[in-house]
Amino acid sequence: MNVINLSRKDPSFTREVEALSGQQVSACYQCGNCTAGCPAGFVYDLQASQIMRGVQLGLKEQVLDSKAIWMCLSCSTCTLRCPNNIDVAGVMETLRHMARREGRIGVKTVNKFWTSFLDTVRLFGRSYEIGVMALYMMRSLRIFTDLDLAPGAIIKEKLGFKPHVAPRGGAEAVGRIMKRYQERAAREGGKQ
Amino acid sequence: MNAAYYPGCSAAGSSSDYEQSTQAVCGALGLKFASLPGWNCCGSTPAHAVDTELSAALCVRNLDLAARIRAERVATSCPSCLSNLRLARKRMENPQFRARVNELLDEPAAEQLPQAYSVMQLIHEEYGPELVANRAHRRLTGIRIAPYYGCLLSRPADVMADFGNPENPQVMEGLLRACGADVLDFPLKTDCCGASFGIPERRVTASLSGKILDAATRMGADVIAVACPLCQMNLDLRQRQAARECGRDFNIPVLYFTQLMGLAFGFTPTQLGMKKLMVSTASLLKKLDAGA
Repeated sequence: MNVINLSRKDPSFTREVEALSGQQVSACYQCGNCTAGCPAGFVYDLQASQIMRGVQLGLKEQVLDSKAIWMCLSCSTCTLRCPNNIDVAGVMETLRHMARREGRIGVKTVNKFWTSFLDTVRLFGRSYEIGVMALYMMRSLRIFTDLDLAPGAIIKEKLGFKPHVAPRGGAEAVGRIMKRYQERAAREGGKQ
Repeated sequence: MNAAYYPGCSAAGSSSDYEQSTQAVCGALGLKFASLPGWNCCGSTPAHAVDTELSAALCVRNLDLAARIRAERVATSCPSCLSNLRLARKRMENPQFRARVNELLDEPAAEQLPQAYSVMQLIHEEYGPELVANRAHRRLTGIRIAPYYGCLLSRPADVMADFGNPENPQVMEGLLRACGADVLDFPLKTDCCGASFGIPERRVTASLSGKILDAATRMGADVIAVACPLCQMNLDLRQRQAARECGRDFNIPVLYFTQLMGLAFGFTPTQLGMKKLMVSTASLLKKLDAGA
């Protein structure tokens, strides 16, 4: 059984999540629809409705250190089915942003994959599938990830070997967007 | 209609067959788009998972390019691009958000940004099932299709409202029925395939895609019709991984709805890029020939 220590509540956490997500999490009455419909729930440590309750109670540590906020697939089935019109997927995304900013990375594989993807976008202005795979393998040391798919994918020319660079200054413009984003994030504190 | 075409990154790589078949079908229907040569990646899931403003800046640069050529709409085949472009445009209505995004761009974005539409929606709106039926000379008679939309075409419902009931959209059904196919009432049509977790957390994708493949197989579908490059990859390229996770075999082709429409329009499998498909389409094509 999970014991929750209510003396570790942080009411400012509830307010911050509500402000950043624009959602009234306090309206959640724990019907469990979000949890019932969540396709990734089977790998969550805390279910979506438990995350919502955690936000209401100001349980910052439990919520931001959860794996669930990283395993969310952003399918937004929860949002669609919430009887109180809470954008649950939006709240999950806000929590992911907050956790990342504080360096709390609940599921490192997922974060490494996203970082690898964005690295190729920064370089070429467009994502580069084989580049994402290569960077991800280096970061995660999972050299054999999807090796079973390689022969078929190569024969079928599923993946292009050459990166596509956004022409007409597109790649450079994206590079500048990324640079400004990172500089501003660093200025405002914590964000990566 | 004055629309600019945003292909999205997959169109140049893993889903070039979607692109090829989309061009073939749109060309046959006379649906023309202006090109956006300097387009960039919308940022997809990784960008919005990391930061909403970064995601919006990547999207808005594309919408702004389209605004500059006076496009009233942006057409895209990829549901992930579509969702990101739409969400970014909506968020830009908030002046504070707009100012934050403009800070990231070379120049402030145009005040009026064009709305993004899926190519599926545009075919449906501009032509509709009747005109599609007129063009579909090679009827898909007897072909049992499980239509699969995935998550993003109809959700979030407030942003994707033109797809009707977010848990029971009917646009793809209408187009494929117009081609003469036997379109199944597929209960998992808007369930998630596991999206981008195929690489970092394969078990999730294999398990979720497995449920979809299992349901379509049990319903006797000859083929699953998809509209999303990532769904296609998860259900087709990763079909064996899904089979291992589910402890059973699958052998069901997964085609883009444009490839199925293209076959009905009389294009050859080669013209529709079908050599890229992993699961064999031999029995599907044989059934199609037998019906013709």
